[in-house]
Amino acid sequence: MPLVELAHVRKEFANGTVALEDLTMDVREGEFLSLLGPSGCGKSTALRLIAGLAEVSDGAITWPKGGSARSDIGFVFQEPTLMPWASVLENVYLPLKLKGMSKSAAEPKVRETLALVGLSDFSHVYPRELSGGMKMRVSIARALVTEPRLLLMDEPFAALDEITRFRLNDDLLRLKQARNITVIFVTHSVYESAYLSSRIIVMAARPGRVVASIAVDASYPRTEAFRLTPAYARTCAAASAALHSAMDSHDHL
Amino acid sequence: MNAVSRYILPLLLAAAILGYWEWSVWYHATPPYKLPSPSGVITALVRDWGVLSTSMWVTLQTTLLGMLLAFVGGVALGVVLGMFKTAENMLFPYAVILQVTPIIAIAPILLIYYSGPTVVLMTAFIVTYFPVLSNTITGMRSTDRGLEALFELYGASAWSKITLLKLKSALPYILTGFKIGGPLSLIGAVVAEIVAGTAGAGSGLAYRIIESTYRLNVPRAFAALLLLSLMGIVIFYTIVFVSNLLLRNWHESAMSKER
Repeated sequence: MPLVELAHVRKEFANGTVALEDLTMDVREGEFLSLLGPSGCGKSTALRLIAGLAEVSDGAITWPKGGSARSDIGFVFQEPTLMPWASVLENVYLPLKLKGMSKSAAEPKVRETLALVGLSDFSHVYPRELSGGMKMRVSIARALVTEPRLLLMDEPFAALDEITRFRLNDDLLRLKQARNITVIFVTHSVYESAYLSSRIIVMAARPGRVVASIAVDASYPRTEAFRLTPAYARTCAAASAALHSAMDSHDHL
Repeated sequence: MNAVSRYILPLLLAAAILGYWEWSVWYHATPPYKLPSPSGVITALVRDWGVLSTSMWVTLQTTLLGMLLAFVGGVALGVVLGMFKTAENMLFPYAVILQVTPIIAIAPILLIYYSGPTVVLMTAFIVTYFPVLSNTITGMRSTDRGLEALFELYGASAWSKITLLKLKSALPYILTGFKIGGPLSLIGAVVAEIVAGTAGAGSGLAYRIIESTYRLNVPRAFAALLLLSLMGIVIFYTIVFVSNLLLRNWHESAMSKER
C-alpha cells in the first residue's frame, strides 16, 4: 500500500499557467523517490501539493495509510529559510513549539536531532555565523525534529558547492537509513538523483507531466564507490535519455 | 586615523567655530540682546537652571508620552494594515492626509477644542506615528515566503504567525520607523508649544524661547535652544542604542564590519 497517492492531479495557477497536467504517481513507504526534470516541469509544485501548501485544481491526493499531510511531513526548501533572529536550537525547536510543546520538553529531542546532523556544538550560534552547508543541515534537522514519515526536499543542495553537496548527499542517505523515512527529493541533477534514489520519476515541462519512472537497481547503504558501479552508470544513462527525449519533444526550448 | 577623523576633527571644528564666536562677540562688544557669547549662554543656563529645567521636564514628558503613544499606535495599526489589504486601502489615505497637512497649521485649530498641553501631546503623536506606521506595514509585508510556508505547514495559528514570525521580521523596519519618528516627536511638541505659548498657555522649553525673546533675554533663549537640541540628540541615540541592542545578534545593519 503506498504512503501517498496522486491521481490525475492537475494544477493551474490563477494566471492560467498549467503547472501540472494529469500527474499520477504513488509514493511507497521507505523509498527514496527523486522527481527529476527541467525547470518549469512542476516538480516543486507537486511537492507543495503533497505538503498541503497548495490546493489541486483537479484530481486527488490521498494518504491510503491514514494520517494527513500536515501531521506527517518534514519540508526542506531550496533555501535554508532559517529565522535569522533565532539561534540554531530555537530554529530547530520551532516545529515542536508550533505544535505546542514546551521548550524543556522539546530540548532533548532537539539536541538529539542536532547531533544527528552533526551540529551539536552549534546550538547557540545564530544562522549568519554558519556556512551554507551548515545552514542546510539546520534546515534538515528542523524538518526531522517532528519525526515525520515523509520528508519532502525541494532542490535543497542546488545552491551549494560540489564538495559540500557530495558530503550532504552521503549524510542524507545515512539519515534516511537511521530514521527509516520516506523521501521525495526534487532535483534537476541526473547524477544526484541516481546516487540518492531508489526510484526516479522523470518529468517534462509545459505542461508538467511524468515521462518515465526508473527503478535504481542498487541497495543501501551506498558510498562514493557506488558512483563507479555499472548500476549507477545505467541509471544515469536511462535518466539522461528520458530527460532528453522529454526536452526534445519541445522544439521551442 | 579613523578615530581622529571621527571624533577629533568634528571637535576641532566645534572648537574653532565657538572660539571665533566668543572672540567676535568680545572684539565687537556685541550686546547680549543681539548675540550672546557661548560663555554667556552657559552662564544663562546655569543661572536660569531652575526655570529651564522645569520647562525641560514639561517638554520632555509630553514629547516622550506622545512618542510612546505613536510608537504603540503606529505599530498596532501597522500590524493590522499590514495583514489586511482591505483595511489598508480604507485607512491609509487618511493617515497620509494627516501626515502631509503641515502640523503648524493643524495646531491652532486643535487649540480651539483642546487645552495647550493636550495639543502638544497630540501634535507630538501626529508627526511621529506616520513613519512608524508606514515602516511597520512594509515590514509586515517583507516576511520570507519560505518561512511563511513553514509556519503554514506546521499549522501555526494566526497569533503565532504574527508574534513569532511577522513582527520579528518586521522589527528592523519598525526600529527604522522609530529612528525617524522619535526625533520628530520633539518637533511636533515644540510646534504646538510655540503656537499655544503665544496664546498664553504653556511652560515648556519652546515657550521659554518665545518668552525670552520678548523680554530680550537672548542668552536664556539660546540656553533653552541648546537644551532642546540636547534632548533631540539623547532621544535619537537612545533609540539607536536600543535598536542595535535588539538587532545585534542577527541583522546586518547592527553588526560591526569585521564580523
